[in-house]
Amino acid sequence: MTTTFAFLGQFGDAIDFIFDEHESPAGGVQVGGLAEIWELMREHLWLSFASMAIACAASIPLGLWLGHVGKGGFLAINASNAGRAVPSLALIAFFVAYIGVGFTNLVLALVLLAIPPILTNTYTAVRQVEPDTVDAARGMGMTGFQIVRRVELPLSLPLIFGGIRISAVNVVATATIAPLAGVITLGDPIINVNTYGDEGRLAAAIVVALLAVATEVTLGLVQRAVTPRGLKLTSAGKRRLAFPITRREATS
Amino acid sequence: MLELAQVQIRDRSDTCESNNGFCPDWIADNFDRYVDPFFQHALLTVLAVAIGFAISFTLALVAYRRRWLINPITQVTGILYTIPSIAAFFLLLPITGRGNDTALIALVAYVLLIIFRNVLTGLDNVPDDTKDAGRGMGLTDRQLLWRVEIPLALPEIMAGLRIAVTTTVGLATLAFFAGAGGLGEQIFADITFKSNVVVAGGLAVLLAVVLDALILLVQRAITPWTRAVAAQ
Amino acid sequence: MDALSLEVPSGEICVLVGPSGCGKTTAMRMVNRMIDITEGDILLDGRSVKERKPAELRRDIGYAIQQIGLFPHLSVAGNIATVPRLLGWSKDRIEARVDELLELVGLDAHETRDRFPAQLSGGQRQRVGVARALAVDPPLMLMDEPFGAIDPINRERLQNEFLRLQREIRKTIVFVTHDIDEAIKMGDRIAIMRRGGKLAQYAPPAELLMYPANPFVEDFVGSDRALKRLALQRVRDVDLWRAPLVRVGEPVAEVRAKGADSEVPYPLLIDDNGRPIGWLSERALLGERVTEELRSKANPVLELEDVLRDALSDLLAEEAQYGPVVNERGEVVGVLSIEMLAHTLHRDPEEVPSGADAAA
Repeated sequence: MTTTFAFLGQFGDAIDFIFDEHESPAGGVQVGGLAEIWELMREHLWLSFASMAIACAASIPLGLWLGHVGKGGFLAINASNAGRAVPSLALIAFFVAYIGVGFTNLVLALVLLAIPPILTNTYTAVRQVEPDTVDAARGMGMTGFQIVRRVELPLSLPLIFGGIRISAVNVVATATIAPLAGVITLGDPIINVNTYGDEGRLAAAIVVALLAVATEVTLGLVQRAVTPRGLKLTSAGKRRLAFPITRREATS
Repeated sequence: MLELAQVQIRDRSDTCESNNGFCPDWIADNFDRYVDPFFQHALLTVLAVAIGFAISFTLALVAYRRRWLINPITQVTGILYTIPSIAAFFLLLPITGRGNDTALIALVAYVLLIIFRNVLTGLDNVPDDTKDAGRGMGLTDRQLLWRVEIPLALPEIMAGLRIAVTTTVGLATLAFFAGAGGLGEQIFADITFKSNVVVAGGLAVLLAVVLDALILLVQRAITPWTRAVAAQ
Repeated sequence: MDALSLEVPSGEICVLVGPSGCGKTTAMRMVNRMIDITEGDILLDGRSVKERKPAELRRDIGYAIQQIGLFPHLSVAGNIATVPRLLGWSKDRIEARVDELLELVGLDAHETRDRFPAQLSGGQRQRVGVARALAVDPPLMLMDEPFGAIDPINRERLQNEFLRLQREIRKTIVFVTHDIDEAIKMGDRIAIMRRGGKLAQYAPPAELLMYPANPFVEDFVGSDRALKRLALQRVRDVDLWRAPLVRVGEPVAEVRAKGADSEVPYPLLIDDNGRPIGWLSERALLGERVTEELRSKANPVLELEDVLRDALSDLLAEEAQYGPVVNERGEVVGVLSIEMLAHTLHRDPEEVPSGADAAA
C-alpha cells in the first residue's frame, strides 16, 4: 500500500497518510491511518452538527415569527451582511481570548457564525410567500400558528434549507481551525504540522475539502426532497437559472 | 516549509499584558505592527476580487448567450466555492508553492461563483419589453448588451461584488497559511492575547466595512435611476 | 401566418385587429424583421425588407409597444436620443430634436427632459414612447397596443391627441389592437384577422361596418355596428335641416313665409345673439307679432363637433325628434333630426371620413 500512490508525488504521500500509519516527524508516536482520520472526522462532524442544531433551533423559529408578523426585517436582512463582515478566524480568536477554549465555547462561536444565513433566509422565505396565499388561508379560518405551520413553513422550506446549506458548509470549513480553541478536529494535522508532517497536513486538507463538498451535496439533495412538488413545477417554469450545488443567498 | 510558530509579541513583565488584559497602552505602542499586514490584506482582497470579477464576468457574458454553459460553469465554480479556503491553500501548495500566488488563486476561485451568479441573474432580470423595445429600435445584440442589459444588471452585479469583497476579507485572514501574510497572521501570532485579537480582528472588520461602503458609493454613482423611483 | 396580403397607402393608419392568437402582432413584427419571414415578402416603398440588415431596417421604422419598454436607466432625453445616437447625429442636433419631439407630444421639454421613466405617469411614459419612436422621423411606424396599458379615460385623450398629431406628421402606421372600437376610431383602414393569421376583411372602417364580408367580421364588429358607424361621423359632416328661426316681436306673416322653405315644420325661437331658446307653439303665432309662447325648450342643443352617436343619444334622452345645432359661438346653424340619422346609415362608405380625418 505504501507505494501505491507514489506517482502522485506529494499528493500520493498524503493519500498514503490517510490509509497507513507513519511515525511522526517529531518522533516517538505513530500518526495517520484510517483509524486516526476517522477519529478526527468524528470530532469534526460532532462539533459541526452540535453547532448547526443549536443554530437551527434558535434561528428558524425566530425567522418564521419575524417573517410572519412582518417585523424586524432590518435585523433579519442585515444579520447575514454583518455576519459576513466578521472573519471566522477573528470570531474564533475573540472567543479564545475573551471567553476561553473548549468544546462548549467553540460551539457557541460556531452557532454565532451559523445563525445569520439561516435567519435571513427564513425571514426572506416567509416574506416571499404570496400575500394572496396567506390571505386565502386566513379566509379559510386558519389561526396564526396554523398559517405558519401549514402554509408559510412548507412554502419556505427550500429557502430555509438554502440557508442551512450555507451555514453548514461554512461551519464545516471553520471547524478546521478548531484546534486553535483546543478542540481536536481534522484541522489538527493542518495546524500542528510538527506532529503530523507535510503529508499529514495535505491529507487533512483533502479530507476537509471532500467533507465540505459532501455536506453541500447532501444538503442539496435534502433541499430538493423538502421542496413541495407544486413549488418545483412553478419555479422550474419561472426561473431559467438553476444552481443545483450552490448556496442561494437570499440577500444577494 | 514554514513552521507556523507562535510568536511572542508581548512583554511578559508588564502587568496588563501578562494578565492578558485589554491594554490601550500596548495597542498604542504596537499599532505599527498592524499597518503593513492591513495593507497586505487589503491588496490581496482587492486583487482577488478584481481578477475573480474579470473571469466570472466574462464567463457570465458567454453563458448568457449560450445557455447550455450555465450548468457546467455553475457546477465547477460551485465546487471551487464549497472547498474551504484553508484546505484550498494546502491543496495548492504542492503545485504553486508558498506565497501570494497560492493565496490569490484560492481566493479568486472562491469568488467566481458569487459574481457569475449575480451577473447572470442581473442580465436575466432585464425586463423582456425593454429588450424588445431596444431590438425594435435597431440596436444590435452587442449594443443591446452594453447599452441596455449590462447597465440594468448593474445593481445585481454590484451586490455580488459587495458579497464577494466582504467574504474575501474574511477568507484572507487565513491566507497566512499559504504564506501570504495579512491580518490573520497577526491574530494567529498570539490568539489568546485580548489586545492583539481586538486590534487585528477589528481591523479586518473595518477593512470589510470600508471596502463594502466604497462599492456601495460607486454603485450609487453609476445607477442614479434606481433612486429616482422614490421621487414620484 | 397564412397568405396575408395587405397594402398600406403611405400616410395612413392601418389597424390590425382580431382576437388574441390571431397573429396580428406577429404580422406587425414581421415588418421590421423582429420575426423572420419564412415565405412571401414585405415591401417598403417597393423594396424588400429581406434585403436589409435587421438592425439597420429597424432604425428606419418607429417602434412603440404596449409596455412601452422605456429604458429605466436612461433619462427621458437619453431614451429619445437612442436611435439618433446609433445613427451618429451630433449632440446639438440630438438636443434640439429631443426638445422638439417632447413639445410635439405635449410634454414640457424643460421639465421632463432629465427625468427617469420611473418618475413619469403612465400617460407621460406613453408619450415619451411615441416621441422615441418618432426620433429620426421614420416614414413608417409600428405600434402594438400603444394605449393598451392606460386607463380608459386617459386612453381616450391619448387617442385623440395621437390622431391630431398624425394629421400633422402623416406617418404610415401599422397599428395593432384587440379592441374593435379603438380600431374603428384610429384606423384609415382596418384588417380584421382571425385565428391562424388569416385575413377576414381589409377595408376602411365605414365599409367594414356597413358591409361585413362574412359572419366572422359581422360577429367581431358586434351587433351594434350601425351605432358604431355613427361614431365615425360628426354633426358637421351631414347636411343639416333648416327650421324657421324667429325672434320675439317679428311679424307672424314673415314667420309663415320662412316656414314654407324649411324642412322642419316648427319655428325655433332664438335670442338676439342667435342662440336657441325653444320651439314655438301655435299660440305664439296667433297675434300679429310673435310672442314667447313655447311648445318646448330647445333641448338638446347639439354642437357641430359632436359625434353622431352622441347626438343620437342626446336626442333619445330628451325624447326629442329635432335638436338645434349651434356653432362654436352658440349660434344656431341648423337642425338635426332622428330621421336624418337613420338616413345617414345608408350613406356610401366612401363618403365617410375615418381615422385622423374624423378627429377634432
